[in-house]
Amino acid sequence: MKVTFPHMGHLWLILKTALEGIGLEVVVPPPCTRRTLELGVRHAPESACLPLKVNLGNFLEAKELGADTIVMAGGVGPCRIGYYAQVQREILRDIGCEYKMVVFEPPDVHFSEVWDKVKYLNRRPWQEGVRGVILAWQKACAVDSLEQEVQHLRPREAKPGQADAVFQQALGELDAAGSRGEIKKIVKKAKSEMAKIPRHGGGPLLRVGIVGEIYTLLEPLVNLNIERRLGALGVEVVRGLFLSRWINDNLFKGLLPLPGHHPEKTAPPFLNHFVGGHGWESVGDTVTFARHGCDGVIQLAPLTCMPEIVAHSVMPAVQEARGIPVMTIYLDEQTGEAGLQTRLEAFVDMLRWQKGRKAAERRGTYLQQKLFQGAENKCQKFT
Amino acid sequence: MKNNKWRLGVPRALFYYYYGPWWETFFQALGAEVVVSPPTCKEIMDLGVSLAVAEACLPVKVYYGHAAWLVPRVDALFVPRLVSVEKKSFICPKLMGLPDMLRAALKPCPLIIDTTVNLARRPEEGLAAAVQGMAGALGIKGSRVDLARAAAEDRYHAWLAKQQGESMATAGCSEEEPASRVYRSFSSPGQESRDALQVGVIGHGYLIFDQFLGMDIPGKVQRLGGKVILTENLTPLQVETACRQLPKLLYWTLGRKIMGAALHLMEQENVAGLIHLTAFGCGPDSLVGDLAERYARRRGKPFLLLTLDEHTGEAGLDTRLEAFMDMLYRRRSA
Repeated sequence: MKVTFPHMGHLWLILKTALEGIGLEVVVPPPCTRRTLELGVRHAPESACLPLKVNLGNFLEAKELGADTIVMAGGVGPCRIGYYAQVQREILRDIGCEYKMVVFEPPDVHFSEVWDKVKYLNRRPWQEGVRGVILAWQKACAVDSLEQEVQHLRPREAKPGQADAVFQQALGELDAAGSRGEIKKIVKKAKSEMAKIPRHGGGPLLRVGIVGEIYTLLEPLVNLNIERRLGALGVEVVRGLFLSRWINDNLFKGLLPLPGHHPEKTAPPFLNHFVGGHGWESVGDTVTFARHGCDGVIQLAPLTCMPEIVAHSVMPAVQEARGIPVMTIYLDEQTGEAGLQTRLEAFVDMLRWQKGRKAAERRGTYLQQKLFQGAENKCQKFT
Repeated sequence: MKNNKWRLGVPRALFYYYYGPWWETFFQALGAEVVVSPPTCKEIMDLGVSLAVAEACLPVKVYYGHAAWLVPRVDALFVPRLVSVEKKSFICPKLMGLPDMLRAALKPCPLIIDTTVNLARRPEEGLAAAVQGMAGALGIKGSRVDLARAAAEDRYHAWLAKQQGESMATAGCSEEEPASRVYRSFSSPGQESRDALQVGVIGHGYLIFDQFLGMDIPGKVQRLGGKVILTENLTPLQVETACRQLPKLLYWTLGRKIMGAALHLMEQENVAGLIHLTAFGCGPDSLVGDLAERYARRRGKPFLLLTLDEHTGEAGLDTRLEAFMDMLYRRRSA
């Protein structure tokens, strides 16, 4: 049995460790590229959301490497992800791509359904399997702590791309790591290398929060590396969703004491009920980011994502009440780099202008106020 | 708000087409005046399109339009938060957020009664809580609520039975029946010939029964000589049984209805083909419709997918329908 799974950001590293830990032969699908997307788009329903298409591409590419079993997560609604596996199975069947699918989801009748799937997959004494899962969890935490460091560095480094290079190298080393000690060593080494990266002494940075659907947040292929682009524009990116937190919230039901999302506290009165996916979290996180002094928020979503459309619809109310600009970007296979770049630049320009104006208001500098008033008058003349 | 005589606005869109009679009877029994928005027209649709975000699906945009039409005419809007109307299933995320979405869009925004209806876990308790919530929002408690609920349920079940029992030729209620505003006749008796082709029309009720939005597809099929079968003409048991073919429970109530009707109809020898009516941007349909189409293709049953949005032209739709019906006739004579 050769097992594969769908890509989502750096999830492969963690899943690979866990699945190898229980004694399976793992085929990691090739990293997502345009080809992956094109393969998926060719066979998937047109108006299905983007993750389904990319995942289908992953499966087709993994098949070329000899995979014969898919392990993936499901769900019981209301968002579409719970039915991905069923649709993908039918599509794969229709194009003659034989796969066995093991879908992990909340059991329909009894917990034994989940246990049967674990037993079916497990090839080792269970103590060893547990060790593999714990190792995978430690890797998830390591990846996330390094990624936060990179987010901090990107707008500050003198030569863009250095922090990312260190991060990529660390990811390769983490993949090979086999014990907790090794992981710690790798993280320490990567962090000390990052500390040595020369920084520029530029002016005040903008801080932008990123919210939205987890797949578009974590998968650089579909969001066209939005965090790197923002970093290069001198924007510090903050985000509430990380893999370790998502695993904790969704798979361990929030058992581990990590700071989680509390949309039930932050999202009302704008959105008073969960809407599936990450719609509630998107609204709640926007409120949180506004409270913590972010200059703006970017919401990412796959086109036609139902929960994010709900969040998008209430964003005007959040913007107005909390005074934070929000830009919603829908991503699909048609999203072009130039278009995205232009929108990001325009948004960042607007934020910078607004920040400058706010600062001027605070300082009360006569000259600057005068300047901005002039600009405003000009704008009014044109409109 | 203290009020002796409530004027309560109910938008004629989305789940009005499933629960309209229930809501109307219930609120009227509680002494409120129920104002239902007029059938969808171009003005209402344009109003909705201008208020909603571009990515929302067409029925939700139309709902915005109906709500906006009602705003100046009523004291409060009734926009229930429909999470789930049966065990282990959901409606659609957009329906869960609908009251909040409207509050963000409507200016000025009237009072919105957004009772949560969630029957996913314990249906009986969920329903009782929803009924209490609806009455409580009007400031009414006690035995009057039970009476109103009983009246509403009687009326609703009579309406359902009528829908189901109606043969395709004699569909339609008498004009004074409130339900006739919901369930319209699709043919005039006598028009139908003996050798009419039976065609299944599947899709969300709020598309099929809304003559403007759904472009009267069943009527058109009938005028082209077809005999229309809707989900509502099948018994719930038939739909559920057919749906059990799927390896996994479909957790959208309407998706299950569509899928079950499709699977049931494509097994019938005498059903010539299926037409799936969907709205652009409908999330569940993008998966359910695709599955239904795959099953139909495997079984060799003709399947036509019609996707509607606010730019859909009627002529293009007619052409496709005519071509499909022609194909069905040719298939039969071959």
